[in-house]
Amino acid sequence: MSSTPSRSVFTDAIKLSKDTGGPVAKGDVILDVKDLTVRFWVGQEWFTAVENMSYQLRAGEVLAIVGESGSGKTQSSMSLLGLLPPTGRATGSADLKGTELVGMSIQELREVRGNEISVIFQEPMTALNPVYTVGFQIVETLRTHYLINPGAAKERAIDLMRMVEIPDPEDSFNKFPHQLSGGQRQRIMIAQALACEPKLLIADEPTTALDVTVQAEILKLMRQLRERVSAGIILITHDMGVVADMADRIIVMKDGRVVEHGSSDEIFNHPQHPYTQQLLASVPHLAEHVESTEFDTPPRTVIEAEGTPVPLNEPLSDAAPALLMEDVAIVYPKQGRRAEFRAAEHINLRVEQGEVVGLVGESGSGKTTIGRAAVALLPVREGRLTVAGHDITNASMKELKPFRKTVGIVFQDPGSSLNPRLPVGESIGEPLLLHEGLKGADLSRRVEDLLDSVHLPRSMRNRYPHELSGGQRQRIGIARSLALNPKLLIADEPTSALDVSVQARVLKLFKELQEQYGFACLFISHDLAVVEQVSTRIAVMHRGHLVEVGDTLDIVTRPQHPYTQRLLSAVPVPDPAEQRKRRELRDAIIEREHLVS
Amino acid sequence: MSNDRFQNNEPDDADRLEQALPDGPQADREIGVDANDAGEAASARTGEATADAYGRGEGVGEGQEVQGLSQGQIVWSRFIRHRGAIFGLVTLGLVILLSVLSMGIGPIPGLWRVQEITSGDVIDGGRPTLSVPGIGGATGFAIGANPFGQDSLGRDYFAQVMLGVQTSLLVAFILGIVALLIGVTVGSAAGFYRGKVDMALMRFTDLIITLPVIVLGAVLGALVSRVPLRIGAGPELTASIRENMPVMLAVALGCILWTGLARLVRSEFLTLREREFVDSARVAGASDWRIITKHMLPNAIGVIVVNGTLLMSAAVTLEAALSFVNFGIGPPNISLGYLISDNQGAFSTRPWLFWWPGLFIILIALSINFIGDGLRDAFDPRTKKIPSARAMAKAEKQLVASRGAASAQSNGATAVQSNGATAVQSKEDAS
Repeated sequence: MSSTPSRSVFTDAIKLSKDTGGPVAKGDVILDVKDLTVRFWVGQEWFTAVENMSYQLRAGEVLAIVGESGSGKTQSSMSLLGLLPPTGRATGSADLKGTELVGMSIQELREVRGNEISVIFQEPMTALNPVYTVGFQIVETLRTHYLINPGAAKERAIDLMRMVEIPDPEDSFNKFPHQLSGGQRQRIMIAQALACEPKLLIADEPTTALDVTVQAEILKLMRQLRERVSAGIILITHDMGVVADMADRIIVMKDGRVVEHGSSDEIFNHPQHPYTQQLLASVPHLAEHVESTEFDTPPRTVIEAEGTPVPLNEPLSDAAPALLMEDVAIVYPKQGRRAEFRAAEHINLRVEQGEVVGLVGESGSGKTTIGRAAVALLPVREGRLTVAGHDITNASMKELKPFRKTVGIVFQDPGSSLNPRLPVGESIGEPLLLHEGLKGADLSRRVEDLLDSVHLPRSMRNRYPHELSGGQRQRIGIARSLALNPKLLIADEPTSALDVSVQARVLKLFKELQEQYGFACLFISHDLAVVEQVSTRIAVMHRGHLVEVGDTLDIVTRPQHPYTQRLLSAVPVPDPAEQRKRRELRDAIIEREHLVS
Repeated sequence: MSNDRFQNNEPDDADRLEQALPDGPQADREIGVDANDAGEAASARTGEATADAYGRGEGVGEGQEVQGLSQGQIVWSRFIRHRGAIFGLVTLGLVILLSVLSMGIGPIPGLWRVQEITSGDVIDGGRPTLSVPGIGGATGFAIGANPFGQDSLGRDYFAQVMLGVQTSLLVAFILGIVALLIGVTVGSAAGFYRGKVDMALMRFTDLIITLPVIVLGAVLGALVSRVPLRIGAGPELTASIRENMPVMLAVALGCILWTGLARLVRSEFLTLREREFVDSARVAGASDWRIITKHMLPNAIGVIVVNGTLLMSAAVTLEAALSFVNFGIGPPNISLGYLISDNQGAFSTRPWLFWWPGLFIILIALSINFIGDGLRDAFDPRTKKIPSARAMAKAEKQLVASRGAASAQSNGATAVQSNGATAVQSKEDAS
């Protein structure tokens, strides 16, 4: 007993698993990666996902690996843990304090996983096992790697949960993952990852699945933890704002290659490689066009006060508004034992013709519900909903038919919104066929015109959705929604499934088309920076209520409602210096409101 | 195939197309093609030609397989790579061919010498005359007069088995089609409309599930002999009812075996109706009928085809079982199950009367099962074949060799790449 096993700093427990290289101090090189190459067997040949990647990671340092989807950023890190799919192979060298990780046997790797290296996954709901309590899952990790009795393990687990600021840890210990909120689940993941004091922590898009306010809290927690634990952190993300908030050094990857590697300051302020420059240019900045924060006039936003909903704004012209919602409530009916759910209540909103209004809120705030009700996919329970002169509040299927010509919708997920069995040309042409009865050559010409207008080659009409990239699919989705030249377009998170550079191009296209066709638009997004780019007015939603409606400039610079203020402060900006300032403001708000979600 | 089509028209690479679009400033397009970095240009050529740049890391595999192919072509190419399925397809094809060629189909006579089954002299105890080298000490290959032997009345057994194969397959296909029609209709209506329609249809389905198949077969068998007497039908009508027994049996069985399919189609529709393309069709103004037939059914085709084939293979054995207990098909029709049942007394003396129909039941049921299995794998994009270590090592060597060649060329290639005609060039090099 007394000879080899080392003792943990936190507990007296004896470590069962291998401890490579002994304790680390801040600044030690803990991971040395040389010429790491990851290949996948695809069809009949090897496909290189990561090529000749080399870097060093020191204890206490945060290394961010950024890149767009498919750039190999995740695979390069997963190969360190031997978590590649069976068709993948890693070559090269990755040295963790004297232990070679590449080519290690499964038995040895099992001692490293969770112990020396641990991972925080993107989606905490799927990464936690739903049939065990969260406490059990932390204890399981502990007891795999330490000789520890259940009581002590539980104590240690509760300590860990306290460290990640889970409210009432003794009680939460026995909760199942579905009983916790998304942010709390991510905290549990972090506690589990830190259970064995790993030397290396890999955070794979740790905040991507979270709302922006929750993301801010998790980022705050991670910043505190990096001071307390002596692990090196590899942060994999595509969000430059998160990178600016956390990273010391940055690796930029493109198509499996490292195109730039440098300190946070170098990358953000003096990017060398054109890809990095373009990537940074594509990231939308909040309030980047605002010169000064001094205004002569008071802000003209209307906010929700105690018990009184946001009133309808004054009409700007006599023309019938493109969308008019008067005290609208949308209710999901009761299903079995699940009570009915009032997804949106007392909504007063006017969208004038040719105007773009942004609708911002977190997931579950009811913003998509409003969008779907506006195209009559959901019925309105109370109030009155008028779209371009058609009252669709209680319209039947037949009455809706002429109304369908006046609206279009662009969905969030371009992969799901196109029928996989139809060539995209047919998808675009469907509304034309149904409403104008166009067939053959006429239909063909109109489809080609639409493809031209979204800047896609005409020959693409014969392709199937899976053959197109995400950005191309979203262009097809836009072309389809514009086929009938609608008066109102609902854009439901049209860019949130896209990479930033593609997002920038799609947004540019959207603005062009809006000028050309002159449609009114309700632009739904969780990303304030995106909404700011396209809309003239912004409506903010929180828990089924509109809390603030006003001009874009006022909302972005001088928010009145506390929720809008919190939302704005939570958005990380892709600029380390600026973000440092914002962070203090953000942390102050979080402290003030004692938020742990 | 369609790859050629794309090569002629335009580049085959989604990422490059995105970059070559006329919107966006010049700088947008040149990212990644770093003219000073020859190595990077080479990697762009090998890498980007193989995969769609959006989703590369996670979706590696699909990227290359699906370039320029329709969904049907992908399913087909996966299907023909499935060994079991091809074995099943070939075997089933041979069995059908053999039975049709030898006994003809309907009024068209076949090539076998015995077209009318009549009794005759029993030669050599009715032993099979088929001899294959290596089996039973035979030296040469010979068919002889009665390759499958004769039964106790001296009737040629080969002719009987071939007719039995035809009956069994007929039953399987008719049953499959009837069950498909009812099951898909009920399942899609229940899944699409939900609520009360779903409730009613599914309770009806539950009711059908409770009907025992054997009892239904027995009732039908009894009806076939009694109904002509009851209605006082003439001998012609009686004969035609008897002759069409297999069809009636198949329809009756199809009418109670659709339940499993209906439930599967319903659950498939329940997930499909939540997909956004269904909503977008609705926003476009499509009617329910159009949404069901044009948008949802083609997406459920995998489930339908797979379960249809498996149902057919079950039908072959079910028919044999029913005939064996004398509930199914009887004279003047011949089915494989009937042959076994008719000759079960001769099991110890003339075992071949037992083996031949049994062999064909197994062959047919197994082949259809394999085909269904192959279809299931082909329609499911998640099943991925892991290659053998040897194949991977071989490709590794080739990659190293081609890497050397590629880096030698890349200096020339970068010059072309930087002036616009990038994608065509890279495609040609890669293919």
